[in-house]
Amino acid sequence: MSVVEAASYCDQCGAPATDAGHERCAARRELEPPRFCAECGRRMVVQVTPIGWTARCSRHGELTS
Amino acid sequence: MPDVLTTAREQVLEQGRGLSRQQVLEVLRLPDERLDELLGLAHEVRMSWCGPAVEVEGIISLKTGGCPEDCHFCSQSGLFDSPVRAAWLDVPALVEAAKQTAKTGATEFCIVAAVRGPDARLMAQVAAGIAAIKDELDINIACSLGILTTEQVDELVALGVHRYNHNLETARSHFPNVVTTHSWEERRETLQLVRDSGMELCCGGILGMGESVEQRAEFAADLAELEPHEVPLNFLNPRPGTPLGDADVLPAADALRAIGAFRLALPRTVLRFAGGRELTLGDLGARQGLLGGINAVIVGNYLTTLGRPPESDLDLLAELQMPVKALNATL
Ligand code: SF4
Ligand SMILES: [Zn+2]
Ligand SMILES: [Zn+2]
Repeated sequence: MSVVEAASYCDQCGAPATDAGHERCAARRELEPPRFCAECGRRMVVQVTPIGWTARCSRHGELTS
Repeated sequence: MPDVLTTAREQVLEQGRGLSRQQVLEVLRLPDERLDELLGLAHEVRMSWCGPAVEVEGIISLKTGGCPEDCHFCSQSGLFDSPVRAAWLDVPALVEAAKQTAKTGATEFCIVAAVRGPDARLMAQVAAGIAAIKDELDINIACSLGILTTEQVDELVALGVHRYNHNLETARSHFPNVVTTHSWEERRETLQLVRDSGMELCCGGILGMGESVEQRAEFAADLAELEPHEVPLNFLNPRPGTPLGDADVLPAADALRAIGAFRLALPRTVLRFAGGRELTLGDLGARQGLLGGINAVIVGNYLTTLGRPPESDLDLLAELQMPVKALNATL
């Protein structure tokens, strides 16, 4: 069985997801695209468009809304 | 002393003369119990001097992040520890964004870049982008590219840009607390160049950046003196890592009071709901604003943050029987 570690890092602040104190990040997520790669915590290059967004990690590729 | 809303009914609604700085201050000091009355009057003023149509606009960031300036509210300054990374949009993606915008029925598409002012590379990208958009669809194109030279103003006019956005952001007396890398006067000079060029002038700012009510009134008066075609009103959405990152969000009642007051100061202006309304006013805010003096919206997402889905606003406009302004119509 392969285990994909889905959210090791917070996509809003980039800290390990298991750390405490992501309440503000959770609230922010509603009106914010992801900023950090959930797999490696790198800051992503994010482009917001009128109806969507794309976020690219140099290591893990692109996410789209 | 006569009541300010009674005066405003005569002066603004009947005669179309905006409130003075002192009068705006009185409005901003009205108690919560009189908020509905204020918004009702602001709505009447808007209907009477602008009509029921609402101008719908989409915006796109052509060049994101890495800005050398230090506007304390901005996640795109390269001087702060903000999570926003620098990015450039290519021309096909820009055209796609314009198409997405046009599909909502919007008549305005604003191309924005996070820069002090444009360099040759940015101007070339803007020129290529506008040509490609005009090739494929019919939509008014606005730009927001920072501080301009006379030559750049002429270039934008030649490209067919019909409106230019450059915000004063806040009252002149508060500006140095918010921006230190350029001055209010430098911004004002660009506004004058744009005005002289014949492009429509779009100038607004952000409320809730620590300004006093007096300064909020000063700002409304600064804008009224400028007579911009459009005033976009933003409410501070505190951005992580910026100097205003821990600021409190403006209370909803203050935001609504400001909307009403700005409409009474600017009876004929396109008064646009811009960023931060979701956070400050919640889902009800769109309705309260549109019934309180607002006659233009940005639909969909903002430059780096997300907004309500376009359908939410468009459905609301239909419900309120406010038609979306048609292309080439004047408000
Ligand atoms: S000039 Fe514009 S992009 Fe640059 S920091 Fe100021 S507001 Fe942000
Ligand atoms: Zn977090
Ligand atoms: Zn990654």
